[in-house]
Amino acid sequence: MNPNDLRYTKSHEWISADGTAGVTDHAQHEITDVVFVELPKVGRVCKSAEACCVVESVKAAFDIYTPVSGEIISINTDLSGNPGLVNQSPYEAGWLYKMKISDDSEREKLMTYEQYQEFLKSN
Amino acid sequence: MNMNSQEKIIEPLLFEKSVPDRAGIPLPASDVPVTLEESHFPASYQRKTPCEWPELSEPQVVRHFTRLSQLNYSIDTHFYPLGSCTMKHNPKVNERLVLLPDFVNLHPLRPHVLSQGILEILFQTEKWLCELCGMDAFTLQPSAGAQGELTGILVGRAYHESRGEKRPVVLIPDSAHGTNPASVAVAGLSVVTVKSTDQGHVDVEDLKAKLNKEVALIMMTVPSTLGLFEPRMAEIAKTVHEAGALVYMDGANLNALVGLVKPGDIGVDILHVNVHKTFSTPHGGGGPGAGPVGVKKHLEDFLPVPRVIKDKDVYRRSLNYPKSIGRVHGFQGNIGVLLRAYCYMRLQGLEGFREMSESAILSANYLRAKLKTLFPKMSKEYCMHEVVVSGEGAFGPGIRTLDVAKRLLDYGFYAPTIYFPLIVPEAMMIEPTENETKETLDSFCQAMEKIIEESKNEPDKLKSAPLTTPVRRLDEVKAARQLNLKYTVNSNL
Repeated sequence: MNPNDLRYTKSHEWISADGTAGVTDHAQHEITDVVFVELPKVGRVCKSAEACCVVESVKAAFDIYTPVSGEIISINTDLSGNPGLVNQSPYEAGWLYKMKISDDSEREKLMTYEQYQEFLKSN
Repeated sequence: MNMNSQEKIIEPLLFEKSVPDRAGIPLPASDVPVTLEESHFPASYQRKTPCEWPELSEPQVVRHFTRLSQLNYSIDTHFYPLGSCTMKHNPKVNERLVLLPDFVNLHPLRPHVLSQGILEILFQTEKWLCELCGMDAFTLQPSAGAQGELTGILVGRAYHESRGEKRPVVLIPDSAHGTNPASVAVAGLSVVTVKSTDQGHVDVEDLKAKLNKEVALIMMTVPSTLGLFEPRMAEIAKTVHEAGALVYMDGANLNALVGLVKPGDIGVDILHVNVHKTFSTPHGGGGPGAGPVGVKKHLEDFLPVPRVIKDKDVYRRSLNYPKSIGRVHGFQGNIGVLLRAYCYMRLQGLEGFREMSESAILSANYLRAKLKTLFPKMSKEYCMHEVVVSGEGAFGPGIRTLDVAKRLLDYGFYAPTIYFPLIVPEAMMIEPTENETKETLDSFCQAMEKIIEESKNEPDKLKSAPLTTPVRRLDEVKAARQLNLKYTVNSNL
């Protein structure tokens, strides 16, 4: 995924136009080395900003929120054997799940890449 | 265990020292058949290969365990400012008293007429806790703080159900201990998180917005995990009560309040007490602990059974509480731990407790004042029994709180809790307790000052710390990703 094409949340998740979602490079750096990822069940229907995954490092466990409303249609099963993918490749091999977005306008309201970079600077 | 194959093995495993047919005591040859009959034990469960127990001489075993014990870091050898799990000193007299044969040889099924002494002690322990906490009744049954939480939540749930109300939600501030939401989930309720303000207090407006008829209780930690007293506690309790919900207090930080504030006086309906944190019972080895739960009058009927009661002049156990949530422990609780707590209460007395809490608060604020210049993001507020510092902006480039904590070990200090509370970036939570002298606190601050200097001038030292401990820095990430808890004979771990 090209980070320029993604949309971003204030809680550091990204989502692509096709509904693939994960955490940002900034987030994986803050989380530090990921040792376990708990993914949602396929078929789960989530509202936006719902805690649907847990990413654990040796430091702590972090809730990961859905950027938009929709149904979980697939999950990244590679993460169970290799949770470090979230650190190595947050936008590609370390994706978390894919959802069927209920309302595309919700996604468009999220931050663009440039806006997210600004947001990081202001914090 | 050999933690890291690249390092020198300090003490081999007993299995590695084993020599066939060596034994501590010469045993006579067996005069009964060594093969089990099928009728005694099904063949499918019988061992096919001999069990490879280590075979050693007695001095080898004694030396092995003595050497291991000497590698231990403990409160009996060093300062142990381990944040939320206070490693306060456990008076040695407690150990002598609980090992008296009359206590050691007690059996929980002995009839009450022959157990008057211990039942009286349990009864009195409940009374002491009621007095110190401002509650009306206590159960001593829960085996630890987390089980106390579960017991307290179940009591709260039973209370609401008895009034015909279904309240499935528990409010928990985002600074809470991780056990709080876990206990709620085990009790079959769900969690809604309440935000903290920038100062680390409960955001009362957010709390009010989330309070409704669905809410069974709020779980407050007082002082909070940031070591701060909740200034709006009375208002929070009033608001929660007006909504028909209960106030639960996580008593993990009671070490700052005993003798000064009774939780019952500030609106708390239910609380658990970690006797190992406040009342000096030993812990740290994974148990046993004890987490007594206290309640106000309107909740007393729901406490676990059997309860110790005084019937005229006789103490006995009563099951006659039809609204009780039932048993949470096989018998009356972890008696050895409760006995130590009782000894400690008698040792302190009410005056002693006030002094204990004041000294704990003074020690933490002394550290806070001394460390203020080293940590630019230090809170402006006075703290209670523990001081939380943020490592942000305090260390040299690329150095994190983890590195500083590891380096502290080289200076002979146990590292405080790090990365908790979660809402403080690069957090370090320092809890000195009332037991430490000014000299110890001063040398801790000096070590911290030196380490911060090193973080700027000799960062590599911190990155590879600890440099002087028997086992060097462990690969925590590898340990978590490739967890292996099974020893295999002759394997090269």
